[in-house]
Amino acid sequence: MDIVLAITVGGLYAAGIYMMLRRSVVKLLIGLGLLSHAANLLIFTAGGVVRGRAPVVPSGEMQPLAEVADQLPQALILTAIVISFAVLAFALVLVYRTYQTLETDDLDQLKATDK
Amino acid sequence: MNAQVAVIAPIALPLATMAILLFAWKSIATQKIIGLIGSTLLAVSAAILLCLVDRHEILVLQVGNWPAPFGITLVADRLSSIMVMLAGLMGFSVSVYSLASIDASRVSYGFYPLMQLLLMGVCGAFLTGDLFNLYVWFEVMLIASFVLLTLGGERGQLEGAIKYVTLNLISSAVFLAAIGVIYAATGTLNMADLALKLRSFPDEGIVSVLAMLFLIAFGTKAAVFPLFFWLPASYHTPPVAVSAIFAGLLTKVGVYSLIRAFTLLFVTDLEFTHFLLLLIAGMTMVTGVLGAMAQNEIRRILSFHIVSQIGYMLMGLALFTPLALAGSIFYIIHHIVVKTNLFLISGLVERRFDSGQLKDVGGLYRSAPMLATLFFLSAMSLAGVPPLSGFFAKLTLIQGGLEAEGYAIVAVALVVSLLTLFSMTKIWAEVFWKPAPEEAVTAAYGLDDSTSVRASLFGPILLLATITVGIGALAGPVMNVSIATAKQLLDQDAYIEAVLPDHHLTASRPGPIVPVAGNSNASEQRIEPQELRPRPRGVTSQ
Repeated sequence: MDIVLAITVGGLYAAGIYMMLRRSVVKLLIGLGLLSHAANLLIFTAGGVVRGRAPVVPSGEMQPLAEVADQLPQALILTAIVISFAVLAFALVLVYRTYQTLETDDLDQLKATDK
Repeated sequence: MNAQVAVIAPIALPLATMAILLFAWKSIATQKIIGLIGSTLLAVSAAILLCLVDRHEILVLQVGNWPAPFGITLVADRLSSIMVMLAGLMGFSVSVYSLASIDASRVSYGFYPLMQLLLMGVCGAFLTGDLFNLYVWFEVMLIASFVLLTLGGERGQLEGAIKYVTLNLISSAVFLAAIGVIYAATGTLNMADLALKLRSFPDEGIVSVLAMLFLIAFGTKAAVFPLFFWLPASYHTPPVAVSAIFAGLLTKVGVYSLIRAFTLLFVTDLEFTHFLLLLIAGMTMVTGVLGAMAQNEIRRILSFHIVSQIGYMLMGLALFTPLALAGSIFYIIHHIVVKTNLFLISGLVERRFDSGQLKDVGGLYRSAPMLATLFFLSAMSLAGVPPLSGFFAKLTLIQGGLEAEGYAIVAVALVVSLLTLFSMTKIWAEVFWKPAPEEAVTAAYGLDDSTSVRASLFGPILLLATITVGIGALAGPVMNVSIATAKQLLDQDAYIEAVLPDHHLTASRPGPIVPVAGNSNASEQRIEPQELRPRPRGVTSQ
């Protein structure tokens, strides 16, 4: 299972970076989204994959009886997803406003502030 | 004040101010007053924190009373509290300055709440003792800065924001990936616990990979070579009050994180990591100053100088001796004050001529001698002319460099310093000395400002210039504080001891306390963490 997830993470990174190298601003955003998904999935895989064992302590016990899924990465991802969702929503609005104001979605034409 | 309250206050006060500001959404005058009170309170609480840390060394707050490494830890050591103090001071200065310089439409779209959010993120990043929390505070700060940067929606702002947002989001993604990998490798994210675990980590290669991931993540935020392009593309686009606080604080959060990571966590392979830092420091200095020399707009020149000076801050860190590190800290203290001030002054110049292009301005030495004097003080301090604060900061760094026998970097630092002086003289000659262009005289406005507007614009500049001169005059005491800070940074045991008081117990017998909320005899319940947490794959395969 780990290896499948590892390949998925790698694929997401590759796709994300490929999209970010395009000239369209919208594709840049899709690339950013893929990149943050890749990072989230990486954290999930990093915590170790344990199938079907929720970290629940049976009543009367002080600790789980067998090896359980690590809950911390899942909490981290939950936070990271919320943050990246908010940031991506902002970025979408930004791109739309930029398109309205500058009338282009070509990154090569956004050069005025670099001169 | 209670020590624990003092640690949380720099985060809680901006949060409370922001919440109150949202209730005053409709009234611009009320927002200004509340924003100013909030920033003043933040500065006061930061000063109290600094005094307390000076007396008690390291203050630790385990949020919710969950002991480290399980809970969220806030740590205030000397470096954190100095940075929080500077953040409070800049927040106060820029709040005063923005009273008169931010237009009503920006205030009505939430300038003041966003500024408080930004200050909360910055203070949180300085105070946290946990990597994932650092990520969250970074994002809080970034979201606020994104909106502040685009507030107003002018062409340049939107275009600069695309670059700023993209590069900062990429660095956040790298940071998040680094957090994932470091958790897989060590099973913890608490910085003190990590420091302990990385010391005896079996595979040096993985530690180096982690160090590089964090270097990219923090380096992008700190605008080091070659990751700095977003900074000069965006910092000159928003209103001056916004650029000033960005210039003063945001890149310094990256520098702070680099210092924290490379004095506490990644100190096992100095030959590789710190040599790379030294290379980056040199390249950053040189590219920044060369970029600045090619520019013809005041704020763009100043933006490139930020990049160049990040190099000086990294130089001390890379040399990694107490004296050099003290030089870095002195440099940060000096730089935040001077750079914010230079941006504020550039705002007054732009206000008068309605342009920041060097060709459009001139003759200010005659028409505004006080402004010229204040600019001269800050510019010379930036270039490192004695007896101003920049001189002592650079002197310490160079002494540290000679002591560590890093002659090449010392030579680079000296040459870059000279080029900085050249670049500052260029602004001085163009803006203040050369006669004003014909058309500018008729277009000139900002001369008929009322006294209160003048007070709000000149007050912060005067305050920051006084501090610059003050740091130069009191270089001895500031140096002592910097040296004490550097020593504290190099004494990792003290940090670990403060955050994890019973870490000897965890080191010898892996059975830390499992907290049970509201249970007073929780300390008796010990479990083996290995059983609770699956063994990270990366380690077992070694």
